[in-house]
Amino acid sequence: MAERTLAVVSAGLSQPSSTRLLADKLATATVVRLRDEGVTTRVVTFELRDYAQDVMNNMLTGFASPRLETMIEAVTTADGLIAVTPIFTTSFSGLFKSFFDVIDNRSLTDQPVLIGATAGTARHSLALDYALRPMFTYLHAVVVPTSVFAASEDWGSGAGGLDSRLATLPARIERAAGELAALVASSDRSTRVPDPFELPAGFNPSGFGPSGGPPARQ
Amino acid sequence: MQFGIFTVGDSTTDPTTGDTPTENARIKAMLTIAQKVEEVGLDVFATGEHHNPPFVPSSPTTMLGYIAAKTQRIILSTATTLITTSDPVKIAEDFAMLQHVADGRVDLTLGRGNTGPVYPWFGKDIREGIPLALENYALLRRLWREDFVDWEGQFRTPLQGFQSTPRPLDGVPPFVWHGSIRSPEIAEQAAYYGDGFFSNHIFWPASHTAKMVQFYRQRFEHYGHGTAAQAIVGLGGQVFMSKNSQDAKRRFRPYFDNAPVYGNGPSMEDFTSQTPLTVGSPQEVIDRTLGFRDYVGDYQRQLWLMDHAGLPLKTVLEQLDLLGEEVVPVLRKEFAKNRPADVPEAPTHESLVIAAAGATRVTDATTAVIHEDLDTAAAIAPAGAGKTGA
Repeated sequence: MAERTLAVVSAGLSQPSSTRLLADKLATATVVRLRDEGVTTRVVTFELRDYAQDVMNNMLTGFASPRLETMIEAVTTADGLIAVTPIFTTSFSGLFKSFFDVIDNRSLTDQPVLIGATAGTARHSLALDYALRPMFTYLHAVVVPTSVFAASEDWGSGAGGLDSRLATLPARIERAAGELAALVASSDRSTRVPDPFELPAGFNPSGFGPSGGPPARQ
Repeated sequence: MQFGIFTVGDSTTDPTTGDTPTENARIKAMLTIAQKVEEVGLDVFATGEHHNPPFVPSSPTTMLGYIAAKTQRIILSTATTLITTSDPVKIAEDFAMLQHVADGRVDLTLGRGNTGPVYPWFGKDIREGIPLALENYALLRRLWREDFVDWEGQFRTPLQGFQSTPRPLDGVPPFVWHGSIRSPEIAEQAAYYGDGFFSNHIFWPASHTAKMVQFYRQRFEHYGHGTAAQAIVGLGGQVFMSKNSQDAKRRFRPYFDNAPVYGNGPSMEDFTSQTPLTVGSPQEVIDRTLGFRDYVGDYQRQLWLMDHAGLPLKTVLEQLDLLGEEVVPVLRKEFAKNRPADVPEAPTHESLVIAAAGATRVTDATTAVIHEDLDTAAAIAPAGAGKTGA
């Protein structure tokens, strides 16, 4: 049976948190879809609150503490990422953005990402499309078309279903999970061995054209 | 093994008194510190280069020229010289001039600089930082090694039959180190030419420095300059000492907590465990520094950052006394133990002159075409080995 890893990053602050609840529901639905396709999924979930001081220290010093480095490694090498934030003052939370600010801006290239957000009312739902989606596009991640927003009232909605009169939260979760699962299933990201010292193609240390052999003799 | 000081040259408010040194006071303090480096028996004084306040050292060779006149023995160096935004012709001339003034007691560390606006201020584009470092250095090497240079590149006005002046002292260019924290391209460049690699280790975890140095060593061997163990490695470090460890922590903490680079971030305890910063007794500094060898191998140069974060001159001079009296003599002895005989010392003007003379004799005898890096390769090779280099 094929194996994949799925990273979940939740920026919820309270305990329990509806942001974490949404993240878990998205992860569970994705794991089920992958299982249907014969894929075993290892899920690694991180609450950014647990790393808040490390994230800010990284921003101030320029390097990650060992525990944050381990966590960043787990997130960036996963076959897929579910990233969920509460909406604060019309956008992602500062902690959520700070985390993605401190990771290497090349480290999410090609990674399948499902974005989600929570807020008190549905009036903020476009934040997914004007804040989260462009950020992940900038990072060259592959963001699935369906993003999932959960307002407080959504937690009281019915099961819905794809043929329901209204696409309720569970239906949106199902659709998004299906889109992410398809990309995760075909990912080989978690088996790649990145080379941090890989030089750009054609790199020539003398500065001129593609590299030849040893330094020019004269 | 060489031991010394590198200074950023920041004019920072002392958080314990609120005093900020004037530019003049800071510059004079740096000159005093450099002379103290010689007095306490260290080997190297290196200054940074900056073009924005609160940093004062914009003209390193002016400063080093003065220090040359006031000292007899120490090597005058930089950390770093901006190879990206300075004209390589001016670097070639400034440092050749300094060689003559200082009777050869000169080397330099090249860096790209980490202040974004400096690039546009000097008409360059930061996105071309690596290509600038590569091409400018390729020209700098030729200016020092060829009497007349025809040149055309991407970044500066072409040259036809240009001769930089003065020519390097004794026909031997100063030894060059390349400094980089995170760019394998620069480690590769250093390895390609058989130059030194300086890892400013001080704001990064040891594991990262270990990997960069390992990469440079492997590439040095790949390019045929010697074995990986013979590559020329320098490290930064950062210490604050008192006789008693608790006193050191108490005295340094306000400077740590307010330091421009890491202040208001991690605790001093976390930072010292995650980076080479050592705050403690001279014995703790000795133990920590000896530990560097465990992850970078036997190396050639250890520089410490001592005069930063608003530390007053008097304190810095006391720190240098402790380094010179209690730390470095022990380190010299301990680093010499178990050091393989074929691991070279850092090249000096004298060793490069001897190597160049050897290379000339080989040329006369065989009329072989000599590898342009023979001077460096031979200078760092163990005695009796690699006489023909290329």
